[in-house]
Amino acid sequence: METLHLEYPATAPARQRVLVGVVASGDLEILIEPATAGRTQITIHATGSLSPDLWRKQLDRLFAHGAAAAMHMEINAFGATPGVISLRLAQAMEEVGT
Amino acid sequence: MPSQASTPLHWSERRREKRRRLDLVNTLADGCILPTKQLAAALEILIAPGDRVVLEGNNQKQADFLSRTLAQLNPARLHDLHMIIPSVSRAEHLDLFERGIARKLDFSFSGPQSLRIGQLLADGCLEIGAIHTYIELYARLFVDLTPNVALVAAYQADRHGNLYTGPSTEDTPALIEATAFRDGIVIAQVNDIVDDASCLTRVDIPGDWVDFVVKADRPFFIEPLFTRDPRQIKPIQILMAMMAIRGIYERHQVQSLNHGLGFNTAAIELLLPTYAASLGLQGKICRHWTLNPHPTLIPAIESGWVQSVHCFGGELGMEGYIAARPDVFFTGKDGSLRSNRAYCQMAGQYAVDMFIGSTLQMDGDGHSSTVTLGRLSGFGGAPNMGHDPHGRRHASPAWLDLITTDNLLSRGRKLVVQMVETFQGNGQPTLVETLDAVEVARTTGMPLAPVMIYGDDISHLLTEEGIAYLYKAQSLEQRRQQIAAVAGITPIGLRHDAASTARLRRDGLIALPEDLGIRRHDASRKLLAAKSMAELVSWSDGLYQPPARFRSW
Repeated sequence: METLHLEYPATAPARQRVLVGVVASGDLEILIEPATAGRTQITIHATGSLSPDLWRKQLDRLFAHGAAAAMHMEINAFGATPGVISLRLAQAMEEVGT
Repeated sequence: MPSQASTPLHWSERRREKRRRLDLVNTLADGCILPTKQLAAALEILIAPGDRVVLEGNNQKQADFLSRTLAQLNPARLHDLHMIIPSVSRAEHLDLFERGIARKLDFSFSGPQSLRIGQLLADGCLEIGAIHTYIELYARLFVDLTPNVALVAAYQADRHGNLYTGPSTEDTPALIEATAFRDGIVIAQVNDIVDDASCLTRVDIPGDWVDFVVKADRPFFIEPLFTRDPRQIKPIQILMAMMAIRGIYERHQVQSLNHGLGFNTAAIELLLPTYAASLGLQGKICRHWTLNPHPTLIPAIESGWVQSVHCFGGELGMEGYIAARPDVFFTGKDGSLRSNRAYCQMAGQYAVDMFIGSTLQMDGDGHSSTVTLGRLSGFGGAPNMGHDPHGRRHASPAWLDLITTDNLLSRGRKLVVQMVETFQGNGQPTLVETLDAVEVARTTGMPLAPVMIYGDDISHLLTEEGIAYLYKAQSLEQRRQQIAAVAGITPIGLRHDAASTARLRRDGLIALPEDLGIRRHDASRKLLAAKSMAELVSWSDGLYQPPARFRSW
């Protein structure tokens, strides 16, 4: 089990809580809570195939299009492929409404 | 005009040699019947060192009594055989090489034995002629690889050698034709011997073409290779299936097609009666199939989507269902499925709009291969169906839709789609800088890298990130950019920048799920027409009977 912390600039607080995915083999869950404006903080607990560097690249991509709503994001991943991670992240962002 | 050019003996050496061997086994055989216990003795007489022997190792049906017996023969007497095995599926196929009975191998596919082929090759026990596509290997049987002996499997024979090859006819007719009509020896193992043709279920191979039949010590092994349990289909595969249906099947009006094996295409099959139906696509796409009888196609068939399916082989458990749907499947007078791999491959090459399959590796130019370091899997039929056959002349809406000019002299194009997740389940990227196949070619002395599908044959690349419409590429550089844009965080994908993605989207060269009107949130198992094996059985009204290992009830 590895733990990784990441931070990104953000706009106004997210409007709602979000939960997508499940903690199951080859999958992950993402929990989002609104945070104070300006900053998004991400905590990742992961077992499996992705190096910290690839996790960072994956999340860099997600926020590459410009600042999103401010949130605390917790990710619990268990052997998920980058493809599954990318799908769950995109689902979470659809839910959070950015 | 040379006067002494022909001495008659030299024109029928093959026939004389066959006659000589047949005469030697006369004492062992009862007409064309070889007693089960005499098989080893008979094979030692009928096969000679250095012979080319074609052995029916199929995707599903295996002539395993013949291969097991052959592998036990004495290598001091029988050696240096040149084996032609369409699908190297069983351990004893390779025991032949380890024991020194065989030396050279020509094959098409080697899924389960791919690691051991790699090892034997590295150890110098085995020499590879070539890795072929199925249809290419059958073709060579009629040119420069004509067999001396064919070892095949059937369900039933009569005492005159007529064969019933059953739902899994597969390769048998092609292998026998090439052997029988150039004075080779044809030996068939069967599960059962009946008195005459009137007692056979039906005649698939006439007895004239068969020299010997032997009742096997146990029924031949058959592998349910194309059964996919819907329980294992994940949301990411459903997302990709939705993208395929909207961004490829609907866009190009794909009416005839082949699906490879795997969970990606199983997801598409299970989305036809639900998601695709909700888009109003029934009757507009997916009407004619060249396909093994996938159990996951049952809901689409039952919902009236499918007009015809021609099969390469059979599938365990599907026999009763197929027999009850003769308007859809090709069946014999007896009612059971008639499959034929050679004809179905030909159909998949020339007569379908689209091939959609998967791979283990693809490079930045779009070349793909399932050969990875140490693992010499073949390609099966993928390269046949996964290319644009320049001999095609008939038009269809999809074939015409891929033309990018308005020139009357341009040609249509088959859709060749690679559908892959950017990373494999083991954490290895699917999209790589260099195919392992290049290194494999270098270390094993192959003249060229074993490529499954060449980049310029691929019309579409579909990943969880999006679809790259590669047929629209104006240059190799543009194709590389399109591939990188849907390659995620693989080494290929990391070459790419957001500005370039935006430009490719605007120009219609790639499409992301949102460009196709797909919300990722909707990619849920709820969309599957059947979520378990039990639901497939229900759809079939109890006619589909899955093998025990797929039953959880």
